[in-house]
Amino acid sequence: MLADQDRIFTNLYGQRDWGLDGARARGGWQDTKKFIDNGRDWIVNEVKGSGLRGRGGAGFPTALKWTFMPKEGVNDGRPSQLLVNADESEPGTCKDREILRHDPHHLIEGCLVAGRAMGAHIAYVYIRGEFIRERQNFEAAVQQAYDAKLIGKNNVHGWDFEIVVHHGAGAYICGEETALMESLEGKKGQPRLKPPFPAAMGVYGNPTTVNNVESIAVVPEILRRGGAWFAGIGRPNNTGTKLFMASGHVNKPAVFEEALGCTFEELIEKHCGGIRGGWDNLLAVIPGGASCPVVRGEDMRTAIMDFDGLREKKSSFGTGGMIVMDKSTDIIKAIWRIQAFFKHESCGQCTPCREGTGWMMRVMERMVEGRAQKREIDMLFEVTKQIEGHTICALGDAAAWPVQGLIRNFRDVIEARIDQYTWSSTSEGAVPSIAAE
Amino acid sequence: MSVRRLAAENVQPATFAFTAENQAWAEKKMAEYPPGRQQSAVIPVLFRAQEQDGWVTRASIEYVARLLSMPYIRVLEVATFYTQFQLKPVGTLAHVQVCGTTPCMLRGAEDLRHVCERRINHSPFETNADGTLSWEEVECAGACVNAPMVTIGSDTYEDLTPERLDAIIDRFAAGKGHEVKPGPQGVDRLNAAAEGGATTLLEEPTTARTYKPFPPPPPPPDAAPTAAPAPAAAPKPAEPAKAQEPTTPGRKNEIPEESAPGLKGPPGSPKVSEAKADAARTEASAAAHADGEPNKAMREDATGAESPAGKMDGGAATGGKKTPKQLFDAQAGARDDLKLIAGVGPVLERNMNAVGITTWAQVAKLTPEQIAAVEGELGFKGRVARDRWLEQADALATGGVAEYIKRFGKDPR
Repeated sequence: MLADQDRIFTNLYGQRDWGLDGARARGGWQDTKKFIDNGRDWIVNEVKGSGLRGRGGAGFPTALKWTFMPKEGVNDGRPSQLLVNADESEPGTCKDREILRHDPHHLIEGCLVAGRAMGAHIAYVYIRGEFIRERQNFEAAVQQAYDAKLIGKNNVHGWDFEIVVHHGAGAYICGEETALMESLEGKKGQPRLKPPFPAAMGVYGNPTTVNNVESIAVVPEILRRGGAWFAGIGRPNNTGTKLFMASGHVNKPAVFEEALGCTFEELIEKHCGGIRGGWDNLLAVIPGGASCPVVRGEDMRTAIMDFDGLREKKSSFGTGGMIVMDKSTDIIKAIWRIQAFFKHESCGQCTPCREGTGWMMRVMERMVEGRAQKREIDMLFEVTKQIEGHTICALGDAAAWPVQGLIRNFRDVIEARIDQYTWSSTSEGAVPSIAAE
Repeated sequence: MSVRRLAAENVQPATFAFTAENQAWAEKKMAEYPPGRQQSAVIPVLFRAQEQDGWVTRASIEYVARLLSMPYIRVLEVATFYTQFQLKPVGTLAHVQVCGTTPCMLRGAEDLRHVCERRINHSPFETNADGTLSWEEVECAGACVNAPMVTIGSDTYEDLTPERLDAIIDRFAAGKGHEVKPGPQGVDRLNAAAEGGATTLLEEPTTARTYKPFPPPPPPPDAAPTAAPAPAAAPKPAEPAKAQEPTTPGRKNEIPEESAPGLKGPPGSPKVSEAKADAARTEASAAAHADGEPNKAMREDATGAESPAGKMDGGAATGGKKTPKQLFDAQAGARDDLKLIAGVGPVLERNMNAVGITTWAQVAKLTPEQIAAVEGELGFKGRVARDRWLEQADALATGGVAEYIKRFGKDPR
């Protein structure tokens, strides 16, 4: 469990001043000039040594991603750019919102330092359209930083740096890095084929690195305390602190910062007041945002909450947004709602995803009632396999996994529902069973 | 995806123009992007147009297109793609957006929807009789720990009950929506903190940072004290390092040494080497010059080994274009299955046979010079060492598959 002085986001709940003075009083913008002066390799090495993995869901090593950018001195006339992905739209995930509105200077300072580490003089911050107040806060914080000459031309750090705040208008798909770039260029957010990869050809055809808000915002603090400090928290390959979110049927849902590597039970008991109705009442958990496969409650209780710990449970750590469901939940309906989400958010570019998400949702809709054949369960599973891996971006995969998780873990529930429906039917047709409402 | 169309002609106003203030704002926004990239501002500018009129009209789409020098169709695409753009008139006093996605659903979003159906209109996107209120169900508004919630205008109202939403709708219907305080409603919590008080951040944060960068590497146990590596080898510790531990201990007992850069000492051997990153970068920039080949170096799981794509196309992308020169004398006897060495696929095996390597024993006995020659001839670098071909081949040559399993704990196939 993490001690308060090891926490990076010290104003997570907005209990203190989010502005520049408040950030400085909590240690922000301290020694930044030294980091910039130490140069690019020092920053990259320190972050590499910290073992920081991307906080946006895929867990790709952040420092390694930076090294894909063109090296210092290599100049083909195209500027390097940092693109911060604040298009946080995955159901169950709401951490970047707290950073943007309550700890914006962490992100601004992180942009500057990360910009130095990849040779970028400009950062675009793409904030989802729904975060209107959050964006206003962040814009105000950026203005404070400009006014104090912390960023901008000829700033006190000696590394010219501009931050452009951009926003979307309600498309989940824009959280995918190439869709994000399309959207920033003023087009529909439809993902691009890779290659070329963003580090070779990103926004406006220039080398671009896309990072999650949290990945960037923790960097200054890593540098201030040393990569070894960060690497000393958590398990190897899963180091550092992380913002967790617990939603659904816990007694006290909350966002909190905790060390990676705690068990699910420890987190929920300490920060969320336990499961509604006690641990025996736990049915299932979606551990990392809606796209992660669901895990049965009894498997989840002792699961270690980090990248490798959840892979062992055949799920994924994702963003750390835990959706907790107790035994009052209609699990089929819960997953159906996720399918409805993905159907709504498919960009329509690839056929398997555009048609498949709707197809899966409609089959699931019948399964909620039990109005289905048992062989359709296998057929549904097979369809998910036809979608997974056959689309340009990962939204197809993300849409397939929840259904796969459901079938893998709760096949008995689906079958029982079908039996119930059949049992309740009459010669005139089916009467709705009570269980399915 | 959702199909969205513009509102019927009879409700479309004939013209649209920004107010002077909005016009100035739009021009400032356009200037934030690089020259010639003013199209980037289309979402913010169209959003402003929606704020001005309440919804996105055909005239405003055309206006924005002219302002940004874009074809009408491109702006229409944007307006219909992004679901926050309202394509028909919404309630003049409030448009209630109920988040209905799973985390909110679990905590009662359906009851909120029923309140809207009862209070406003049975159907979403339709206004009430006065035209003052409307509602819709949206996909995840990003306040999952404060579920269930609604968004009205720019503000979110969180931790709702049906009764509380009813009361909020009353206030908005009376034109006094601004009096309702946004955020958690009627619950004792501060924003996203746990109800009844936060469980973290109870101490007052300070500016003190007592931690230091990596400590210098400990002297190797067998080396004489004088031969200890100089601390300068560490990546520039600002001061003599004081090997600080985080206040929060990691789960050290479970940590295998080799995978814990932080515990091992200096990042002298980070997980991914500079050389590999360099190679990846070179390959990436080669790919940027559009040679038509898939760029394997930058796959997120790329290790330099044959990617699955390479395997699928039979390795056509990675080799087979030129025939390698023979470097070794042909061996007598049967050929071994070189594919059992992890890292060698069918194409590589063919190429290795072409240079004259046909048995495991040969691979096991390669000298560094020979490895360099083979790697040069076959056009890859460092793979032999990285994938530990020599050890693998030695195991296979010694006792075949059984020996391999014994040494590496897995079946080579």
